[in-house]
Amino acid sequence: MTAFLDYGSDAVLMARLTGDNWRIEDYVARGGYEALKAILTAGTPPDQVLAEIKLSALRGRGGAGFPTGMKWGFMPRGAPEKYVVCNADEGEPGTFKDRDILRFNPHSVIEGMAIAAYVMGCACGYIYIHGEIWDVYERCEEAIEEARAAGVIGQRIMGSDFSFELFNHHGFGAYICGEETALLESLEGKKGQSRYKPPFPANVGLYGKPTTINNVETLACVPLILRNGGQWFLDLGRPNAGGTKIFSVSGDVERPGNYELRLGAPFAKLLEMAGGVRGGRKLKAVIPGGSSSPVLPGAIMMETDLDYDSIAKAGSMMGSGAVIVMDETRCMVRSLMRLSEFYHEESCGQCTPCREGTGWLAHIIHRIEHGEGRPGDVDALDRVAHNIMGRTICALGDAAAMPVRSFVKHFRDEFEYHIEHHRCQVADHV
Amino acid sequence: MSEIVIDKSGWLNLQINGKPVQMPPGSTVMEAAQEIKEFIPHFCYHKKLSLAASCRMCLVQVEKFPKPVPACATPVSEGMKVWTRSEIALAAQQSVMEFLLINHPLDCPICDQGGECQLQDMAVGYGKGTSQYRENKRVVPGKEMGPLVSAAEMSRCIQCTRCVRFGDEIAGQMELGMIYRGDRAQITPFINDTVESELSGNMIDLCPVGALTSKPFRYQARTWELSRRKSVSPHDALGANLIVQLRRNQVVRVQPLENEAVNECWLSDRDRFSYEALNSEARLTKPLVKKDGVLIEADWQEALPLAAARLKNIMERDGCESLGVLISPHATLEEATLLSRLMRALGCDNIDHRLRQQDFSHAFQPSQVPWLGMPIADVSKLKAALFVGSFLRHDQPLLAARVRQAARRGAVISSLHSMPSDWMLPLAHEKVVAPSQVASALAALVVAAHREAKVEQTLPTALQGITPSVADAAMVRSLLNTPERSAIFLGSFAQQHSEAALLHTLAQRLAEYTKVTFGVLPEAANSVGAALAGAQPQKNGLNARAMLEQPRKAYVLLHTEVPFDVAQGSTARAAMEQADFVLSLSPFRPSEESALPDIVLPIAPFTETSGTFINMEGRAQSFYGVAPPLGETRPGWRVIAALAGLLGQPFTEMEPDEVRASCVPSADSVTARLSNRIDSVLSTLPQAAEKTIERVAGVPIYHADPLVRRATSLQCTPLAASPKAAMNAALAARLGLVKGRMVRITQGKNATEALLFWVCDDRLPTNTVRFDMAHPLTAGFDVCGEFHLEAAS
Repeated sequence: MTAFLDYGSDAVLMARLTGDNWRIEDYVARGGYEALKAILTAGTPPDQVLAEIKLSALRGRGGAGFPTGMKWGFMPRGAPEKYVVCNADEGEPGTFKDRDILRFNPHSVIEGMAIAAYVMGCACGYIYIHGEIWDVYERCEEAIEEARAAGVIGQRIMGSDFSFELFNHHGFGAYICGEETALLESLEGKKGQSRYKPPFPANVGLYGKPTTINNVETLACVPLILRNGGQWFLDLGRPNAGGTKIFSVSGDVERPGNYELRLGAPFAKLLEMAGGVRGGRKLKAVIPGGSSSPVLPGAIMMETDLDYDSIAKAGSMMGSGAVIVMDETRCMVRSLMRLSEFYHEESCGQCTPCREGTGWLAHIIHRIEHGEGRPGDVDALDRVAHNIMGRTICALGDAAAMPVRSFVKHFRDEFEYHIEHHRCQVADHV
Repeated sequence: MSEIVIDKSGWLNLQINGKPVQMPPGSTVMEAAQEIKEFIPHFCYHKKLSLAASCRMCLVQVEKFPKPVPACATPVSEGMKVWTRSEIALAAQQSVMEFLLINHPLDCPICDQGGECQLQDMAVGYGKGTSQYRENKRVVPGKEMGPLVSAAEMSRCIQCTRCVRFGDEIAGQMELGMIYRGDRAQITPFINDTVESELSGNMIDLCPVGALTSKPFRYQARTWELSRRKSVSPHDALGANLIVQLRRNQVVRVQPLENEAVNECWLSDRDRFSYEALNSEARLTKPLVKKDGVLIEADWQEALPLAAARLKNIMERDGCESLGVLISPHATLEEATLLSRLMRALGCDNIDHRLRQQDFSHAFQPSQVPWLGMPIADVSKLKAALFVGSFLRHDQPLLAARVRQAARRGAVISSLHSMPSDWMLPLAHEKVVAPSQVASALAALVVAAHREAKVEQTLPTALQGITPSVADAAMVRSLLNTPERSAIFLGSFAQQHSEAALLHTLAQRLAEYTKVTFGVLPEAANSVGAALAGAQPQKNGLNARAMLEQPRKAYVLLHTEVPFDVAQGSTARAAMEQADFVLSLSPFRPSEESALPDIVLPIAPFTETSGTFINMEGRAQSFYGVAPPLGETRPGWRVIAALAGLLGQPFTEMEPDEVRASCVPSADSVTARLSNRIDSVLSTLPQAAEKTIERVAGVPIYHADPLVRRATSLQCTPLAASPKAAMNAALAARLGLVKGRMVRITQGKNATEALLFWVCDDRLPTNTVRFDMAHPLTAGFDVCGEFHLEAAS
């Protein structure tokens, strides 16, 4: 298998991967399943494991960055039937890290899920895999078979009292199914539409039972934390955000791909690892956390470190770590049109502001891009996006609105130029 | 009456717009607001449906919440402060309204919902005069949903999904769904391109916009042109409360009148759409008198004295016993009471309203009235129920909806029947046996109950030697868990069974052993009322079956159509034909298939007379006429009174209120007479019948009474389709039936014959064929008689 597998010198999650050494014996040779074995042999109390996770300051890698230890702690203790679900429905445009983890290091996720299940008392787990990466689904099927044969999942694992069954499930490529409650609906065999919260999945989740949903990368971190200690993991990153993070760099760079960096590393370093802006052009803008995070002008981004708080301070979000780099030749109207068309296409249609608003936004931007913009359109964009934000059932409404508001905020002149001159400013001036 | 004291300890205190309110934990902000009459705009929220929280119209501001939250889905908490009209709340509500309107066609002037549209009303309150939306509007293709619900303008749909949730949760069959995503999302029927539920009309009420409208009512009138009057449904024994709506004194629409204790906020399609028959061509406007074998119109002055004279002649000539009186259980209490009174005064006790019953050997006291055994509302709260021989969904559609609610909350519902159930609810236990085996199957349950409940009293000898199965024991145990909230009900099939009295006795015994409520599901709107009115033999009179099998010289039919409304179609027709005189009191011209009466006096249907129906729980519901009588139609009670005068037995009551006062018993006296208990000895069980072919006959929902039989739109629905002969593959093979061939059914000396399509249903018991009664094709058969089946050539 050929792939770009140099994740950088900081890599711990993706260290020593060649593309072919994904099988269980390779994983074990890298120290895999040691953490699970240690816990089960020693009978470590779940609370002690949980304390280690809390110490590590591991935060969710799917986008929201919620502290993982706290999330696990929400699961009710006594409930007889509980589930742990791995969200591998990586649909956020610009994000392609989970695919690599599952493809090249699937057992790290399986071990992470087994440990999570042990901590939270779940007997069953699911990996919900994005519908458009069939090869990854097949790889995961093989990996689970290996794990089952090796006795690291299944009944009475390694002779302990702990049993854990794990299954793969593939979606059909709907973006909304990456939203955890829509994922649960889809997993139950229904149309992917998010549920209203409360109740939260920790109380009423899959099949109405307490459920925790974690991102692939989050779960892959778990064995590392337990093998090397929470303090080690914490020291890799920032005080309230431990560990490394895989960034999916795409757009106008010389070497697009996945790079693993310590949380808090400067953006400039990431850009350098990716070979810098393509063709030596000027950096114009960066979307730092996947398509739904607000865009930031290049100048601001060059001053920003890559961790949750620093990016938030700069006015955007760490999100899933999908860094979309845009150089000076990119038209921001056209870029936003592509994003808005995506959200228009992917809105599930359940709640009014998102259903109607995403279409409205896409229509306006489409007109502006095609020289049919009208005075007032830019204000309308901002107003419509504002009216979607915070008024929908799930975060997809915000996800559709935030790019619009940030594009308009930072690059308003380009939109105005389009409307006034019926053509693109970038094409005219660069 | 003593005031109901509610224990409010543990309730939560909150404030809405500064007004304090106390709510039990688990309530929502929406419920709290409704409690203190603070209006929060909403579309997707409906108190009887699950929460969707998707329209976002009910966004309100809550202290300490960073964003506005939907009132419908936000649970109340102690000390919560809610503002429904603050700047933040209003801004959110107005923006949602703007979103809802951008793709909604502004075609209110030609929209059937105009004037009664929630979106229209709410747009006035929360919308702006102009919109900034300058793009093209979405167009959604119309959908075909059958003859009752119009979905021609789905562009108007605001995706609230009330109709989808109604189908799934209340009707029990999810016939509508939302396909596609985003602003391409569409509501569509996805099975057979139609909506077949017997409760489908409620979707029209639930639709907050003009997307789903009533097909029969479309473009008939604007809402503000209608006058609205209360009434009561004349069909099933639930007695659904109606708002009858008239334009120029003609009924053009029927909607539910909310009554939580009876129909909640629902109506069955039969209650809702049968009004079309009121305006149909089949309505009589003048009396009819038979001359030379043909019915021709006559004046009241001619017809009424003639009717009285002929009755008098026959009574003088052949005695009072030579009369038979068949009173429909759909007739009002007043009509049934007065006619029974008149006939008794004349010395005739051959009176009956149990027209489809075959076995009358129950040891009922004359004054005793069988009933549901419990309040209707309690059916929703049942924990377990066993239905013996019930066509529940077709006989009592809204009671079925309540049972479905109970089942959704975990109630264990069981059925013993000769038909596989189609109740659209999860059945925990189901036993399907041939009609002749129902009694022994029920007996096995009684024995199982005797064991499971460890009854000390010895088992009746007739039941000794019966070994119940594991499934019998499981069914019985479901009743034993919470006996105070469990019940056994006898359905119409059990009541119309040829061993009805035995089934009643066994079911009663089963209820005794398990200590659960025992109920009977009465057939029609006034079955309980007719029994209270004495519309059945009180001394030695003949019952309905005997009156037909021992032909009388004259018959008086009240709202009764022969052969449709009786079990003995063939016998009844012969009886009518041999009689010297048949007097029919009916709103309708006799249909082609009917046995022709000699005189038909046009009496008012329920909308044109005052009257009372007493429903299955013993609730007397009186109503006034809502429309003037059509043509020379007269209220039935008035015609009976006039007849009484001519027959020398004048009544003293002359006004509607006087009649009501003299006919409607007090609530206490009703309660005192309601009882299902019979004292009969459980003698030997009948031996299992020979291996002949047995028949199961239900009453099709849209053929059950004269009114619904003439409701044109309902007659176009699949549920009104011609009956088919259903049997299992083994029987079909034995008869040599192949696909596409029809089956010929023949019966008796009158050579009744029917050609029916047949369907294979392997869930049917061996040697059992189902073909329903009351339909023109099959009404001519005697339900209990022998019949012959063969493949038609």
